[in-house]
Amino acid sequence: MPPVIVAEHLQKRYKDVVAVADASFVVEQGEIFGLLGSNGAGKTTSVECLQGLRHADGGVLRVLGLDPQTQSRELRRRIGSQLQESALPDHVRVWEALDLFSSITPGGRDWREVMEQWGLSDKRKASFHGLSGGQRQRLFVALALVNGPEVVFLDEMTTGLDPAARRVAWDLVRRVRDMGATVVLVTHFMEEAERLCDRIAVMEAGRIVAEGAPRRLVADHARYVTVVFSTDAEDLAWLTEAPGVERVLRHGARVEVRGGGAVLAHVAAALVAHGITPPDLRVELPTLEDVFLALTGHEMEE
Amino acid sequence: MPIVFKMTWIEFKLLSREPVTLVFSFAFPILVLVLLGGIFGDQTMERGAYQGVKMMDWYVPSFIALVIASIGTISLPVHLSSYRERGVLRRFRASGVSEAALLGSQLLVSLGVAFVGAVTISLLGIVVYGVQMAAAPAEVALAAVVSTFCFAGIGTLLASLAPTARAAQSAGLMLWFVMLFVSGTSAPLELLPSWMVSVGKALPLYHSVLAMVDPWIGRGTNWTQLALVAGIGLVATLVSLRVFRWE
Repeated sequence: MPPVIVAEHLQKRYKDVVAVADASFVVEQGEIFGLLGSNGAGKTTSVECLQGLRHADGGVLRVLGLDPQTQSRELRRRIGSQLQESALPDHVRVWEALDLFSSITPGGRDWREVMEQWGLSDKRKASFHGLSGGQRQRLFVALALVNGPEVVFLDEMTTGLDPAARRVAWDLVRRVRDMGATVVLVTHFMEEAERLCDRIAVMEAGRIVAEGAPRRLVADHARYVTVVFSTDAEDLAWLTEAPGVERVLRHGARVEVRGGGAVLAHVAAALVAHGITPPDLRVELPTLEDVFLALTGHEMEE
Repeated sequence: MPIVFKMTWIEFKLLSREPVTLVFSFAFPILVLVLLGGIFGDQTMERGAYQGVKMMDWYVPSFIALVIASIGTISLPVHLSSYRERGVLRRFRASGVSEAALLGSQLLVSLGVAFVGAVTISLLGIVVYGVQMAAAPAEVALAAVVSTFCFAGIGTLLASLAPTARAAQSAGLMLWFVMLFVSGTSAPLELLPSWMVSVGKALPLYHSVLAMVDPWIGRGTNWTQLALVAGIGLVATLVSLRVFRWE
């Protein structure tokens, strides 16, 4: 089966500012694909080009085999878009918006069902301007799904949701995927990318700097584990001699030892040999956060 | 139901929930009409092509045109460009709403509001000032529909060109006020210096007024003026379709 989305050397500039320098990636049928990066990395611009909302300056784009630049009308019937910045008229009611948007595409889903799934039934008669940030967000996701799309673009979908609502949203996105849709998720939220995405492309300054399954990225790019414990012992110079140890960091009583895969066993052995048996000895496995730091040289800002 | 009708229906519901947005379109022309009625209430035109016509028989149909002009050149562009500013148009576009559906619904809403305005002005004129009922109501209605098309086209063009809702509002108000004074909708045309009449002739309200007044006072449809109004509307619509921006 051909990929659902192909982006080859996508480029986009706004006047003098390069938003996307050169981005290539593919998204396969039925996966949840995450574009991860900090603000200004070019994620939103990339997906907006894919949705035919912006014209790319260069590169080849295909979504469901269609060219978003020239076949946007047909494309929009088959995709769902939850945009990062958009609004509805203040006085439109939740049910009216869902009803309106579902009738744009004939043969879409029953909007009542989508409204129920996204927990909007209690708010069906509420005006858009009376909704909280989280409720608006859920309404926009519901609007993106109401036409029964084959590909769904979710741009910072869980921004404004509290942690509980966020988990519910993740479950619903998995359900959307399980029903056969392909999901493209733009996020700067590590936990979301790690838990929800089948594959991730890390974007930095308009380029894709790494791509793969979250675990694969961690295995490839964050080869170090960190052993952490507390001790009052003054001199720990001997720890750097232990096999596999790369670096020892000390913050008061807390000690962090970074090193290769087997470092925990060697550190433990060395500690015991020196008569130190810290009760809080533990190992911290690398996360996507460490991958991101390793790839971009900076932490993700919130 | 085709999407354009559903959008129109929702727009009407939105208007009914926030009727204050129409205050300017209705209240201000009615106020001016009452003022003019106080000044010229029982006078007739003394000179010019409409000599002998009662002033209020002129003002009532011409104020229907004025209300239509304010719907088109003020309400519509402010509405559309604030939709654009707030990202509503962006939302519509991403979900596959076409230009035709969006602008078509705006035209239909304008027609509906124009109808309410026309009935209000007519009743006021007939009941308060004893104005004759339109001699040819169907022909007056035709002129009103063509005028609405014309001003909605101009309004869409303003919305497309204006960078912000505030800019659209300023431009629309400016255009409307100039037209108010040079189109026979304030001082009678025969009192205006000729250069003002020339300005009036260059703007659509002047022609729309004549197209409304003639069938109202029993002179039949003024095809020349009607064609001019339709032509201006067509050009404005075609240009605005080319320059329309969703964001």
